[in-house]
Amino acid sequence: MTQHMMLQVQDLSKTFTLHTQGGATLPVFDGVNLAVGAGQCIALTGASGAGKSTLLRSLYANYRPSSGQVLVRHREAMVDLTGAEPRLQLEIRRETIGYVSQFLRVIPRIPAEGIVAEAAVAGGMDAAQALDAARALLRRLNLPERLWSVPPATFSGGEQQRVNIARGLIRSFPVLLLDEPTASLDAENRNVAVALIMEAKAKGAAIVAICHDETVRAEIADAVFDVSAFQVAA
Amino acid sequence: MSDAPLLEAEGVSHTYAGGQVGCADVGFTLYPGEVLGIVGESGSGKSTLLSCLSGALPPSRGRVRFAVRGQGMQDVFKLSEPERRLLMRTDWGIVHQNPRDGLRMSVSAGGNVGERLMAVGARHYGDIRSEALDWLGRVEIDAERVDHLPRTFSGGMQQRTQIARILVSQPRLVFMDEPTGGLDVSVQARLLDLLRGLVRDLGVAAVVVTHDLAVVRLLSDRLMVMRQGRVVESGLTDQVLDDPQHPYSQLLVSSVLQA
Repeated sequence: MTQHMMLQVQDLSKTFTLHTQGGATLPVFDGVNLAVGAGQCIALTGASGAGKSTLLRSLYANYRPSSGQVLVRHREAMVDLTGAEPRLQLEIRRETIGYVSQFLRVIPRIPAEGIVAEAAVAGGMDAAQALDAARALLRRLNLPERLWSVPPATFSGGEQQRVNIARGLIRSFPVLLLDEPTASLDAENRNVAVALIMEAKAKGAAIVAICHDETVRAEIADAVFDVSAFQVAA
Repeated sequence: MSDAPLLEAEGVSHTYAGGQVGCADVGFTLYPGEVLGIVGESGSGKSTLLSCLSGALPPSRGRVRFAVRGQGMQDVFKLSEPERRLLMRTDWGIVHQNPRDGLRMSVSAGGNVGERLMAVGARHYGDIRSEALDWLGRVEIDAERVDHLPRTFSGGMQQRTQIARILVSQPRLVFMDEPTGGLDVSVQARLLDLLRGLVRDLGVAAVVVTHDLAVVRLLSDRLMVMRQGRVVESGLTDQVLDDPQHPYSQLLVSSVLQA
């Protein structure tokens, strides 16, 4: 591959041990190798329960893999995220890897525009500029202006997801992990989300996405990666 | 990323007279601006640990070091009494679970906040008053209540006044012991949101002890789970909560009721 390597997964495996269930083990995947270059988008596929979300969360150090490495290009060097000190993991999340989860984690009392702007401020943008950028993005995602100053707890699923997408894409992360970014969106907003993802790609983001919508997948993904091929025989 | 640690605990252990283990062999490094959560059930040793960390209780073994301005890492329990008291008034703040332990109930809210400024040498009455007003405003205490005694305040208002009193001296490290304990849920949300904004905007480092997992999810970057005086698991907060490894952490996380 001639592309600039951004993310390299080496021999990754994940098994859950459920101590509250008498120590039962739940193997999810084993021996995963995956490489993603700058400007490339890989879509994870496999049936429900195949381990797509587990893999994606492992790439963000949200889940701790049982063995193997997740190498990510951080400050020009490939760093093993899995084995890194917590402080370095936090720095990598702050600067290098963005994650758009399936559901928005609502924070009491913080308005929608604040939730989005905060992500930009965390990346070093000044507060006023971040708020402008947040509003521009929410406008583009057709979130009614009267909702911008309201905490999203009472929003519909689709409205929350648009806030979530805006939050994840307000910055240009070099690596982006997307978990069903368009699942609860109507056709018009799905198109906006796809356009935003394509813009991130064009800026060089390496993207790993879970996306059940085949049309969206075909639009954004350069290749698919079938996680079920790495399932451990039960 | 700042490379100099702010607080360092090494093998911190405390055994009470009678042989009861408070905490055993706890170690971690905290950097400027980081928020560390400590969770565990009552009796797990988290409050004992907090007392050791904040200079209130000398550990039986191990040491606690803090980056004292201009002096580098210093053993907290080897500082002279005046040095330690100065630290408590300036670079450190302790948010007590019961605001009565952190406030003077017979002094007005404004006085409580201004007092801490005077302790670090402020003398100009007008300046002290306007700064106290500013901080009470930031913790959402109405200006017309500034001259009232904290004992006329609700629990939530007392807690916010306590926080203003601490933050006015612009500490670099804040210890919080169950900061939302005993407050109504709606009041908790407001306080948490406030604390979260303050640690983000001011870049204050904090050690937060709580039994409430939602509190650490919102406030802390990193998390330690304690049981029977020992740290059984540590990591990024979301790691420990979403993929707990230790049997006790798994039990703790799975025991939370979903509202």
